[in-house]
Amino acid sequence: MMLGGRGHWGIGAFGVEAKEAISPRVALRLLTYMGPYLGQVAAAIGLMLVASAMILAGPYLLKVAVDTYIARGDQAGLNLVVLVTLLTQVIGNLATSGQIYLVTWVGQSTLARLRHQIFGHLQRLSLSFFDQQDAGDLMSRMTNDVDVINQLLTNGLTVIFTDILQLVGIVAIMLALNWRLALLSFSVMPLMAVSTVVFAWRARKAYRQTREKIGAVSADLQENISQVRIVQSFARERANQERFDEINRENRDANIGAAAVASAFSPTVDVLGTAATAIVVGAGGLLVLRDQLTLGVIVAFLGYVTRFFQPIRDLAQLYTTLQSASAAGERIFQLLDTAPTIAEPVGARQLGSIQGRVEFRNVWLAYREGEPVLRGINLVAKPGQTVALVGPTGAGKTSIANLIGRFYDVTAGQVLVDGHDHREVCLASLRSQMGMVPQDSFLFSGTIADNIRYGRLEATEEEVVQAAKLVNAHPFISQLPQGYRAQVMERGVNFSLGQRQLISFARAVLAQPRLLILDEATSSVDTRTEALIQSALARLLQGRTSFVIAHRLSTIRNADQVLVVEEGQIVEKGTHQSLLKARGRYYEIYQMQFREEESSLAPSGVPAPAA
Amino acid sequence: MFHGPSTLVAGGAAGETAKGSPGSLWRALGYLRKYWPAASGAYLCLLLVTLSNLAMPTLVRIIIDQGIGGADRALIEWGALGMVALAALRAIFSFLQGYLSEVASQGVAFDLRNALYARIQSLSFSYHDRAQTGQLMTRATSDVEVVRLFAGMGLLNLLNVVALVAGTTVILFAMNWRLAALSLATFPFLLLITVRFSGTIRPAFMQLQQELGTLNTLLQENLAGVRVVKAFAREPYEAKRFQAQNVNLLSQNLRVARVFATNIPVIGIVSGLGTLAILWYGGGLVIAGQLSLGGLVAFNTYLLMLLMPMRMLGFLVSMLARASASAQRILEVLDVRSEIADAPGAVSLPPIQGRVCFQDVSFRYFGGEYVLKNINFEARPGQIIALLGATGSGKSTIINLIPRFYDATEGSMTIDGHDVRRVTVESLRRQIGIVLQETTLFSGTIRDNIAYGSPQATMEGIVAAARAARAHDFIVSFPQGYDTQVGERGVTLSGGQKQRIAIARALLLNPRILILDDSTSSVDFETEHLIQEALEGLMQGRTSFVIAQRLSTVRRADSILVLENGRIAARGTHQQLLEESPVYAEIYNRELRQAGRPGSPEEAFAATTVAEASERGRVR
Repeated sequence: MMLGGRGHWGIGAFGVEAKEAISPRVALRLLTYMGPYLGQVAAAIGLMLVASAMILAGPYLLKVAVDTYIARGDQAGLNLVVLVTLLTQVIGNLATSGQIYLVTWVGQSTLARLRHQIFGHLQRLSLSFFDQQDAGDLMSRMTNDVDVINQLLTNGLTVIFTDILQLVGIVAIMLALNWRLALLSFSVMPLMAVSTVVFAWRARKAYRQTREKIGAVSADLQENISQVRIVQSFARERANQERFDEINRENRDANIGAAAVASAFSPTVDVLGTAATAIVVGAGGLLVLRDQLTLGVIVAFLGYVTRFFQPIRDLAQLYTTLQSASAAGERIFQLLDTAPTIAEPVGARQLGSIQGRVEFRNVWLAYREGEPVLRGINLVAKPGQTVALVGPTGAGKTSIANLIGRFYDVTAGQVLVDGHDHREVCLASLRSQMGMVPQDSFLFSGTIADNIRYGRLEATEEEVVQAAKLVNAHPFISQLPQGYRAQVMERGVNFSLGQRQLISFARAVLAQPRLLILDEATSSVDTRTEALIQSALARLLQGRTSFVIAHRLSTIRNADQVLVVEEGQIVEKGTHQSLLKARGRYYEIYQMQFREEESSLAPSGVPAPAA
Repeated sequence: MFHGPSTLVAGGAAGETAKGSPGSLWRALGYLRKYWPAASGAYLCLLLVTLSNLAMPTLVRIIIDQGIGGADRALIEWGALGMVALAALRAIFSFLQGYLSEVASQGVAFDLRNALYARIQSLSFSYHDRAQTGQLMTRATSDVEVVRLFAGMGLLNLLNVVALVAGTTVILFAMNWRLAALSLATFPFLLLITVRFSGTIRPAFMQLQQELGTLNTLLQENLAGVRVVKAFAREPYEAKRFQAQNVNLLSQNLRVARVFATNIPVIGIVSGLGTLAILWYGGGLVIAGQLSLGGLVAFNTYLLMLLMPMRMLGFLVSMLARASASAQRILEVLDVRSEIADAPGAVSLPPIQGRVCFQDVSFRYFGGEYVLKNINFEARPGQIIALLGATGSGKSTIINLIPRFYDATEGSMTIDGHDVRRVTVESLRRQIGIVLQETTLFSGTIRDNIAYGSPQATMEGIVAAARAARAHDFIVSFPQGYDTQVGERGVTLSGGQKQRIAIARALLLNPRILILDDSTSSVDFETEHLIQEALEGLMQGRTSFVIAQRLSTVRRADSILVLENGRIAARGTHQQLLEESPVYAEIYNRELRQAGRPGSPEEAFAATTVAEASERGRVR
């Protein structure tokens, strides 16, 4: 709304590609989010222990059944083993289910907290942050990055504990059953480790590419869906489709490439796993022939070896998840660590009800080092005055307006509201007494009443209607079938610009501000609506200190002060009449308007009627 | 400007909850047809993998019974080597299966996205008035991904389950039919439980997607409206609103988790019963000498092999549920028929002169009241038609009908005698230029943006257009000149600069018909002067429809249409209307004269006093 033509070509504040390695710092910080849920996490780990123990008991019970009871023909003993096995399965399954629920509970609660925190932080960040930051990028942090962490929390957590527990358990049991055969079957481990590392490295590269490509797909979709009206106006559908086709194809190919790496990994592990099984059967068989091993041990080993490789596979998978979660966490924390440039001092004073005196004392402002856009602005607006800001684009009018509500901080000098330096007061207490009418009227989805009430949340129905009446928005609203309950679609596209502007005026009126800042955009409504608005504004400006970035003479004529701003300085000050008489810069601007009108009159040849 | 029906309720087309019928998934999977070589190759490889999986336990049984049992060293050694060889073979097929299924499933995702993109682009304004960007985005990204996952790994695994179940069942029955019957007895129950499970989980997942979409929409809106949020110090309110939806999403996530938590142990326990049966009854058979120990081990392995996919079945079913919900959401978009589409046998509109004719045109948005009633007028080539009237009087609707963004409810509109509904939309819009006050630039360079409507334009043409639009000077003042990147929503340029680029864009298009808004917002007087010059150059020699905000325009207009409540209340030239139409005289005296720029210095000062006097009279 407020910012005029300030150039930002810069890359976003943190458009840097996140590092590849898993950062322990980020991982630790993510873990701290689980702090409040330690009890649940502990319970989940307990349940995982139980579930793992039950799973590990399976092959051992089988060994007991084979060696002890089947070999001796003891059906009663066998029945007992069957019963025990049944019990382990029931317990194991219940534990697993409880653990899944707990982990999901912890994970989702953590995510909700994280989302809450990110969103809250976004609300605190200053406008200068949003100037530099791509909305799409912020969206992606909030959706994709949070989702990656979701995967880690819900799948990763279970995998780490269950798999490590199982691995350790299996190794221990196998060693206990027969250490020689165990060591033999572990001989494939180094190979397994090497191939896992190699694949993880290749996969990381491949998946990073897929993320980039899907990002490009989303960006293109986003732009063309939200601007579909322009696309259709220019009949650009075919050209856009071709471009999207290309981006989409790159995404597909990157994914297929990544899948090739991933599909090669699993079979490699599988071959190694089977090799381990073959060792158990082959070497174990030979040991049985020498009477150094019972058949039951081989049976149990077969059970354990098959359970051995799944955790390794999972852990390798987890490594990738961890990597992307680490990168995602990094991006999220970067955002959370961005300090709002506009901060309140400790113990900022609550600003009481203000009179509306605004003073600028030698104010300088530079958005970028060494490029001041305001250079020594001095002005005083007495309570109730209307100040019109006039001047070319980039002169600094919007910057002046933005400084009043402290949307940016001055580089040097002071802005005083009722004599208080506005950096020393509580921001909310200042802004809640200000009304802003932006040039592009943004509406939120919800009802019209909701949108007007945005100015003052506790306003009653009558007050909302009253505000709408004051700005002449009531007639068109009451003509709608649902009246004030009519739904506003995303960005208010189902209302005309003029209607949107009227609603945005009503919003400002309802806020009952002591200070009004108006970026005049009356030209976007039709002449009749504009006249209605002008008359409403006359009432609104009454008794309020108002700064108007003025585009029309009628506004300027009614202003108590006209400030002509050029190149960051106030070059002229006065009323419309006094400035005209002075024949200075304002007069020149005025003349230019007049010349324009005259030249456009010529071709039509219609003489101006007498007034 | 292009405002849609204010009568339509939010949600409408894009917001509705899809039920996720299996039919829609089936249709979505139809996209696999094109990739049948890869898809069937993947399936063939998977079958071979399954076959080698099935062979493995038998090999182990032979080693145990005949090698170890029969004390045959050579058999043990060769058997072990055979296992590794079989595994190597299996690995190759397994790789091929993974790769080929990705080729097929990514192909499906590719086609679905392209189809969605094409559909979204072609859907009429009235659809987009109701649809939400966030919802459409979700469909084109995450819903497509869900369907893709199912089309690849989900479907294959589902088929694999069938093959594995069939293969193992045959083997088990061949080995010992009684033991087989007993251990497989639980399977019908398992199937029943799984089916019931899917019935509960499907709607839960649908709801989950919906909640996520709502949350994203909230976020997107907050980011887009951040300036308003800040201006009204509404941060706490926004945070509360967001948190409320955040909690909704959380509770839906937990609801889904509860469904899982209650069903998974049941499925797990029931599926474990088979193994127990083998151990109990099979163990007895071994004791009785009716089954070898190797046979028992093999039996158990086969059953475990069966259980794996059966357990996965629960996962696959939820995946199926998600996928059919997503498929439905995708098809919902794909199935919307654009209200504005080329009629059968529509011809390409030949190069036009620019004669625009409205005959008895009435218009209302679906189900709403008439916003235009019996509009008749004719614009001859090269004429300027000014549209004047209050907000909601129907000006925007008229200009939206010309490029056929909406279709007239009654009556007809012709251009050079061609009914716009009988020509192709593209050929029509290519000959119409539009310059609106609210200018949107696309990410890309300035050059790309000027050439937006005419991608084939040469650099000379682009520069010439920029010059005529008074944009050249500021463009070359950038370090990168025409190659300067303009960001998302064109934030790097001022309103006046964007508007001039839009004018250059329209100039380059060189349309016969021009639709524009003569207002210039957010610019200072000097820039406005430049823009007015540029606009005048643009209108030269084209049939122009202008939503008039300024006196100079209505004076130049060949015909002024004064609209009131969807009807033309008066028409004529400025001079005629001043003399004949009291409505126009009133508007002129009250608004154009006062609000617009004065026409002459004397008039300016006179107007000042008159306006002030009249205002005093009116307001006080």
